[in-house]
Amino acid sequence: MKLKKGIPVIDQGNKLGFWGGKFGGNFVPETLKKPIEDLEVLFNKLKKDKKFIQERDRYFKNWIGVPTRFIKLENLTRHVGGAQIWSKVVSDANGGAHKIYNATVHCLLAKRSGKKVIIGDTGAGYAGKMLSMAAKKFGLKCKIFMGAKDIARQQPNVKAMKKNGAEVVPVYSGSQTLVDAVSECMRFWVANCDTTAMCVGSTVGPAVFVRICGWSTSQISRELKVQLIKEFGSIPKKLKLYNCVGGGSSSFGFWNEFMDYDKRQCEFIGVEAGGPAKSKKHAAPLTYGSKIGILHGAAQYVNQNSDGQIEETESISAGLDYPGISPLHCFLKDTKRARYTAASDEQALNAYKLVTKFEKLRPSLEPSHAFAVAISESKKLSKDTIVIVNSCGDAYKDRGILEKKLGKKYVKSN
Amino acid sequence: MLNPISVAFIKAKQENRPALLTYTVAGDSSKKQSLNILKSISKNADILEVGVPHNTPVADGSQIQTSAYRAIKNGIKVNDIFKIVKDFKKFDKNKPIILMGYYNMIFQYGENKFLNKCKLSGVNGLIVVDLPWPENKDFAKKCKKKSIYFIQLLSPTTTKIRLKKIIKDSHPMSYFISMLSTTGGKLKVSPKEIIKNYIKIKKINPKKKVVIGFGITEKTIGKLKSADGLVVGSAICKEISRSLKHRQNPVINVSKLVKKLKYKIA
Repeated sequence: MKLKKGIPVIDQGNKLGFWGGKFGGNFVPETLKKPIEDLEVLFNKLKKDKKFIQERDRYFKNWIGVPTRFIKLENLTRHVGGAQIWSKVVSDANGGAHKIYNATVHCLLAKRSGKKVIIGDTGAGYAGKMLSMAAKKFGLKCKIFMGAKDIARQQPNVKAMKKNGAEVVPVYSGSQTLVDAVSECMRFWVANCDTTAMCVGSTVGPAVFVRICGWSTSQISRELKVQLIKEFGSIPKKLKLYNCVGGGSSSFGFWNEFMDYDKRQCEFIGVEAGGPAKSKKHAAPLTYGSKIGILHGAAQYVNQNSDGQIEETESISAGLDYPGISPLHCFLKDTKRARYTAASDEQALNAYKLVTKFEKLRPSLEPSHAFAVAISESKKLSKDTIVIVNSCGDAYKDRGILEKKLGKKYVKSN
Repeated sequence: MLNPISVAFIKAKQENRPALLTYTVAGDSSKKQSLNILKSISKNADILEVGVPHNTPVADGSQIQTSAYRAIKNGIKVNDIFKIVKDFKKFDKNKPIILMGYYNMIFQYGENKFLNKCKLSGVNGLIVVDLPWPENKDFAKKCKKKSIYFIQLLSPTTTKIRLKKIIKDSHPMSYFISMLSTTGGKLKVSPKEIIKNYIKIKKINPKKKVVIGFGITEKTIGKLKSADGLVVGSAICKEISRSLKHRQNPVINVSKLVKKLKYKIA
C-alpha cells in the first residue's frame, strides 16, 4: 500500500472508492446507489469549476471567517520546557468548530442539485449546529439526527440547532450516541433520497462523503501553510501536527496540504479517544488494533466483536465517541504517513486544565485529547521543533461536563 | 438438482398465485422460539427469509430493528443461526431458506467459510443488503459455485441501464424494493404503481423471478398478487413484538398471521 505524491489523497481511491484497495468503498443499499452516483458526478464536476471554488471561498471568507488564527502558546511552551507549542485556532470559525466547512460545502452542493431539505448526523452537536447554521443561511430545511445520550450531554449545541430552525431528531436505538445517529440519518436518506440531501458529519460514510468532507476541511491546512511561511519564512524543518481523531475530519483537513512532505520533516500525530482510564471501552480503533469491518457504508478499522457486531464505545468527548474511523486515516496509518495514539478521558481533562491555566484558549474536550499528547511529547522535544495543535472546537458546549468533572472555576460563560 | 427456491416458484405458479416469502429474525426472541416460528409458518410460506441480526442496520425500519436488537440481546451468534437453519431443515428439508443480512457479518466470518456453512446447514439463497452490484460480483460468483442463489436487490432509484446490467448478472431470483423506504415503511406509492415498475423489470428477462418487498402487510398484499412472489417482514416482526408485549405466544400469533397472508393471495 502506497501513498502517491502529487495527487490529493481524497482522489487516490480506486474505481470502486477504495483507498489502498481496501478502505472505504460503497457498502450501501441499492436505493442509495443512484443518489450517491449523482452526488459524485456533481462533486467531481464542481471541484474543478473555478466559479464554484470562488463561491466557496467567498462564503469561507465572508461568512465562516478565514483564516483562523495561528498563535504561539508562549506560556504553555515555557511551562512545558521543550518544543515550541503553537495552535491553529480553528474554533475561531463561525459557529466555533471546523464542522462549518463541510456543512457549508454540502449546502452549496444541495443548492446546486435542487434539493430543498438537508439532513445530517451529529455527535458533539457541532456538525449538527453548523449544518443548521448553513442550512439557514442557504434557505434549506434542516433535520439533525442525534443520539439521545448526546442530546443530554451537549445541550448548548442542541439549543443552537433549534434556534437555527432545525428539527433535532433524538435517536434511541443502540448506544444512543453518534454511531446510531449516523445509522438513523442514513435510514432516513434511504427513504427520502429523492427530495433530500444528506451531509455526513465527518470523513466517514460512503466514499463520496469521505471525499467531500476531506476536501472541505482542507481549508485548515491551506491557511496554515501560508501562515507558517509568513511566520518562519518557510515550512519549518521539524514540524509536528497534533490533532484529535474521531471520525477524522479535522485531522485530515489539518494535514492534507502537508501530505507530500517527508514525515521526518512534517509528522502527523492523530490522537484517538482512549475512554476512561479504568474502562475497557474506548473509541480508538487505530491505537488498539481493531479489525477491518464495514460500518456506515465503508470498510475501515472498527471496534467490533468476533461476529461483526459493532461495539459500544466510551469517551468523555461526544465528538470522538465513534467506533470506526475514516478510511483516509486507515490509509494514512497503513502507509505509515501518520502515527496514531490515544489519550484517556482523564488525560484530556488534565490537558484542558493546563491549557486554560496558561493560555487564553479553551479547547473543547476533543482537541484536549490532542493537547494531552502534544504536551507530554513536547517535553522531550528540542526547542526548534514546532508543535502545532489543532484547537478545532470551543469548550462552550462542554460546560456541563467540565463543571461536573472539574468544578465551577473551569467554566466561563461566553 | 434444481434449487428449492426455483421449485417453490414453480409450485406457486401452478397454483396460480405468487409465492409467499416471510422474513423473521434469527433468534427473535430466542433461538428456540425463532426455530419454532419457522416450523409453524412453513406450511403456509413458500420461502423463508431468515434475518441475520446486525446492530447497525442502515436499511431497516423500527420493527425489524427491534427484532434484531432483541435477538442480539438474547445472545444470538452467527453459528447459532446456521444451527437454527440446520434444525429446521431436519423438520422440512425441501423448504427453501434465504439468509438476509449485512455484509460485515459475512466479512468477519470469512466469505468462503460462511458459504461452506451455508451449504452444510441447507441455506438456499443469500440477500446482502449493503453489498450492491457491481461490488457483489465476486461474491455472487462464489455463491453460484455452491448452488446458492445470490439475490440482487432492485430499487425504484435503479436506473434502466443499471437494471439491465444487474439482471444480466443476476441469479434466477431478484428482489424489487417497492418504494423509497427502509423496511416496514408505510406504503407510500399505490400498488398499481409498484406493479407498473415491477413489469418494467420483468420485461428485461421474463424468465427470471422477481419478488416484491418492503411495506407489504395483510392489507396490501392482495393488490400485488400479479408478482412472482411477495415478501412480508416487518408486519411479522411487529406481530412478535405485539405478542411479547401482551404476554401471548408469538409462535401461535405469527402462524395465524402467515395463514391469513396466504389466504389473501390464494
